[in-house]
Amino acid sequence: MSAFLAIVGRDLRLGFGAQGALLTTLLFFVLAVSLFPLGVGPEPQILARISAGVIWVAALLAALLSLDRLFQGDQEDGTLDLLAQAPLPLGLAALAKVLAHWLTTGLPLSLMAPLLALLLQMDSEAIPVLLLALLLGTPSLSLIGAIGAALTLGAKRGAVLVPLLTLPLLIPVLIFGVGAVEAAAYGLSASPHLLLLGAFFAGSLALSPFAIAGAIKLALE
Amino acid sequence: MALTVEGLACIRGERQLFTDLQFRLAAGEALLLHGPNGSGKSSLLRLLAGFLSPAAGKLLWDGAAVSEDTDAYRARLLYLGHLDAVKPQLTATENLAFFAQLMTGAATAAAEDQAKQALEAAGLTRQRSLPARYLSAGQKHRLALARLLLSPATLWLLDEPTNALDSASVAWLGAVLQAHRDRGGMVILASHVAVPLPGARQLTLPEGRLA
Repeated sequence: MSAFLAIVGRDLRLGFGAQGALLTTLLFFVLAVSLFPLGVGPEPQILARISAGVIWVAALLAALLSLDRLFQGDQEDGTLDLLAQAPLPLGLAALAKVLAHWLTTGLPLSLMAPLLALLLQMDSEAIPVLLLALLLGTPSLSLIGAIGAALTLGAKRGAVLVPLLTLPLLIPVLIFGVGAVEAAAYGLSASPHLLLLGAFFAGSLALSPFAIAGAIKLALE
Repeated sequence: MALTVEGLACIRGERQLFTDLQFRLAAGEALLLHGPNGSGKSSLLRLLAGFLSPAAGKLLWDGAAVSEDTDAYRARLLYLGHLDAVKPQLTATENLAFFAQLMTGAATAAAEDQAKQALEAAGLTRQRSLPARYLSAGQKHRLALARLLLSPATLWLLDEPTNALDSASVAWLGAVLQAHRDRGGMVILASHVAVPLPGARQLTLPEGRLA
């Protein structure tokens, strides 16, 4: 457990540092969303109609933006060799890195989203649901994205390959995430969508550590 | 305690690096790997570390195949490659304390104490609160080697450990290796410069051939 927390703590410190991805990710998210009122026009009905989709797509892309570096830094400086030698199973070490990634991208994105939802005239009933859906959905983005990041270790164009590999797998998160918000906006129950988001998170939490560990072992050869 | 290697072969890409490699290493012994560039010294070390799987042959620890209990084997060894694995943003102490926590699961305070002692032994006391990006190449490498002092491993696998070290640091490394062997530890080391490793057995890998 101490080793797990040591990895999380180290990655958080690196993430908040000068080269950290935290600020770039958040800035990308805010800029991408605030371009829509400028591009589509300021009509409240149109903005309210597209708000859930815009926020979710921007969050998805922002979370993927920083993912290709998740294991690459550790591979380039040899830290990955040490992680693979530790008594902690490699899947758990990877999970610690994914947790740190979520704490520096998914969590701040989710907390920022209600403000952007106000900007896009989202129905006030739907805003708490948006926050909840993002909190349930963004961990899946980090988990599934990390598989892509581990698979593209050593590839020259990792930054392009990670979204190509993982976006198809993340479409369910997008569909149910947007579905939950729209259901709440139309006064329907959001819980089926939220439950499915939760199920997707549970599934990826259980399975992705094995996939990530397998991919990292290939990269170590 | 003994590591036995029987009929080991390694293929990288299309190239056969070595075949039918045999040696036995008992407690307190050291093995020095020689050979020209590309002869497979690093590959042999990564193979012994368990990162690569052999194309043929067996690795035995006390007569039992290593592949039967990879977790136990992994706990016995420490592999330090020619990359330093030092994070430039973290201080020297943080870098070492992270390693101690990762390998031994020590609590943060205990790991920092161990890290401070290791830094003192490595002659890096003055640099301990300095972000590692301000260290010279040699200091960074000494910081990487200070991990040897924190690891409970029996078998040390070192790839070119003398790179970027000055003669005083090489002598320090020699003393660290000797102390480890006196405790019954084993060392396998690849280097193309002289390393103070008295009584070490020598293994010369032939020039790589095409398979």
